[in-house]
Amino acid sequence: MLLEVKDLVVSFPTPDGLVEAVRGVSFAVGAGKTLGVVGESGSGKSVTAQTVIGLTRGARVSGSALFEGRDLLKMSRDQLRQVRGSKIGVVFQDPLSSLHPFYKVGWQIEEAIRAHEKVSRAEARRRAVELLGLVGIPHPARRVDDYPHQFSGGMRQRAMIAIALALNPSLVIADEPTTALDVTVQAQVLELMKRLQAELGMAIIMITHDLGIIADMADEVMIMYAGKVMETASRHDLYYEPHHPYTTGLLGSLPQSGHEGERLVPIPGQPPSLIGPPPGCPFWPRCGFAMPKCRLEVPPLRAVPGAPGHTSACWLPLELTGYSVEVDAARHLAAVAEGATAVATASGAEEAQP
Amino acid sequence: MARFLARRVLLGVVVLWVVASVIFILYFVTPNDPARVIAGKEATAQTLAAIRHHLGLDRPLIDQYGSFLWRYLQGNLGYSYYNSEPVSTIIAQDLPVTASLAVGGAIIWLVLGVLAGVLAARRPRSLADRTVTSVALFFYSMPTFLLGLLALTIFFYWLHIEGIDIFAPPGYVGLSQSVSGWFSHMVLPWLTLALVTAAIYARLTRGSMLDVLGEDYIRTARAKGLSERRVIYRHGLRAAITPIVTEFGIDVGTLLGGVIVTESVYGLPGLGSQILNSVTDGDLPVTMSIAILAAAFVVVANILVDAIYALIDPRVRLS
Repeated sequence: MLLEVKDLVVSFPTPDGLVEAVRGVSFAVGAGKTLGVVGESGSGKSVTAQTVIGLTRGARVSGSALFEGRDLLKMSRDQLRQVRGSKIGVVFQDPLSSLHPFYKVGWQIEEAIRAHEKVSRAEARRRAVELLGLVGIPHPARRVDDYPHQFSGGMRQRAMIAIALALNPSLVIADEPTTALDVTVQAQVLELMKRLQAELGMAIIMITHDLGIIADMADEVMIMYAGKVMETASRHDLYYEPHHPYTTGLLGSLPQSGHEGERLVPIPGQPPSLIGPPPGCPFWPRCGFAMPKCRLEVPPLRAVPGAPGHTSACWLPLELTGYSVEVDAARHLAAVAEGATAVATASGAEEAQP
Repeated sequence: MARFLARRVLLGVVVLWVVASVIFILYFVTPNDPARVIAGKEATAQTLAAIRHHLGLDRPLIDQYGSFLWRYLQGNLGYSYYNSEPVSTIIAQDLPVTASLAVGGAIIWLVLGVLAGVLAARRPRSLADRTVTSVALFFYSMPTFLLGLLALTIFFYWLHIEGIDIFAPPGYVGLSQSVSGWFSHMVLPWLTLALVTAAIYARLTRGSMLDVLGEDYIRTARAKGLSERRVIYRHGLRAAITPIVTEFGIDVGTLLGGVIVTESVYGLPGLGSQILNSVTDGDLPVTMSIAILAAAFVVVANILVDAIYALIDPRVRLS
């Protein structure tokens, strides 16, 4: 495995209390593979990735993150700095605010190269032009001297990708790379990342709130909710044989082309506060299948039989996989009708509310 | 950009003309009779009339206004009523003193204030941050004359009594006479002028840096694996400097007013002391010239700030 994260716990002390942003997350990414990390805002997906490369400041961190055999979480600041940007590249969400407005695009790429390699300015510049060409910027030799505000949104994100790839990293963390872009540009940027992965062979951690983004890209998918992993599966299993009610909820709220007039089914309610989160499964207040046990005991990630790599943190019987829009819609409408905290009874479950 | 600056220069000239005109009007509105100032209380009506004729005060107002503007345009600032010296000579004498004080003070407050602000912003709520913030508050709330007198008492007078003469007594020694003498005479005035203003810059820099350090491009700089020093100064301070430049332009422009107190406390014969004396003496040509010079400082500083913006921010340069 290229990156193997085990029991990652991240919390932030704030005046209101300790925010438990990530609560025991484990995952692995193989060389050249793509891991999709999916979750709502505040699910801990970005914090997880940023902690691994030491970008969360003022956080309490425990666990381990083995990258090429070395634990990133135990490295000194300087050792980690040397890995960051050279072996692990990062692409952020909003390319306009993520590029420095006062420096030329080419200069910002050169700076990344020169931070890790002793090369002349001329050589760094030559490589910057080459990288801009690689990510599909037209006339790279001319555009290298442009400022970020002279680039379009898609071109800026291409420039960010060029910075991330400047030192040929073995892993690229893409944190919502297409969220700030127009839909047509989104598709171009995703195509670009796929093409570059095929050419350069780097692994990608694709963080997104949009299951549609990773549908034809991820090898493995990890669903996160309230700082915890809800379900992991291969791309196929996740879309066709999901187990966790949260995953089916996410799939149900996904618009599908060719299904005109069909209502989207939202998941009712809000994610829980991460300051002193309640015991039990974090999803139970919004879950159509919640049982008394769900409120008391945290379901561990358990292997779904017959599907290697498929795990789910849910007390429902593990054989109950599969997904149907109709069943799910009915289930959610019922839950909405009863109020977000009402507990629908699954087969055989006893009365939950006192 | 060039057109923008040209417009600013033109506007500056208009501002100076308005200031000069207002000063000219004040000249006639004030109950001062220049002839009496020159001739003294015992002078006869005849003497006064002769002096008025000599100064051209008996000519029509519009005529006087015209020749007033024309004289200033030619750089002829008139003669002091007090000792008949050319005003330009007086200013040429006093300017180096004020320039010594202002340039030294400005450098100290800029460097000290910005560095302290960056230090505080790097670790908000840390001991360093709290120290900078409270020291800044202390100097911020300290009137310049009090700070000056305190510094003079403690660092000159008390040390002098103990036989330790590190700092020179009040007064001024020209740079051309003795570099070390000049320096030892200037240190306390510099600090007096600088510390109060440095406090403002420390607070301003801290706030601006805190905003910038939360920006996405700072996260990008860290993600690129740059050293923390480079992230803070090359990426952070570069973007945070804009409001500091604005403040610096205003402060340098209005510095001529700011040095009055410091020059008086330390007995420095600069433009600040001069304008104070000339106002007390009713020496209008000197007062007017220094006031117009002060306005010119403000105008020039503002144009320079605009030019510096363009150097700092490419978005200004290209729009």
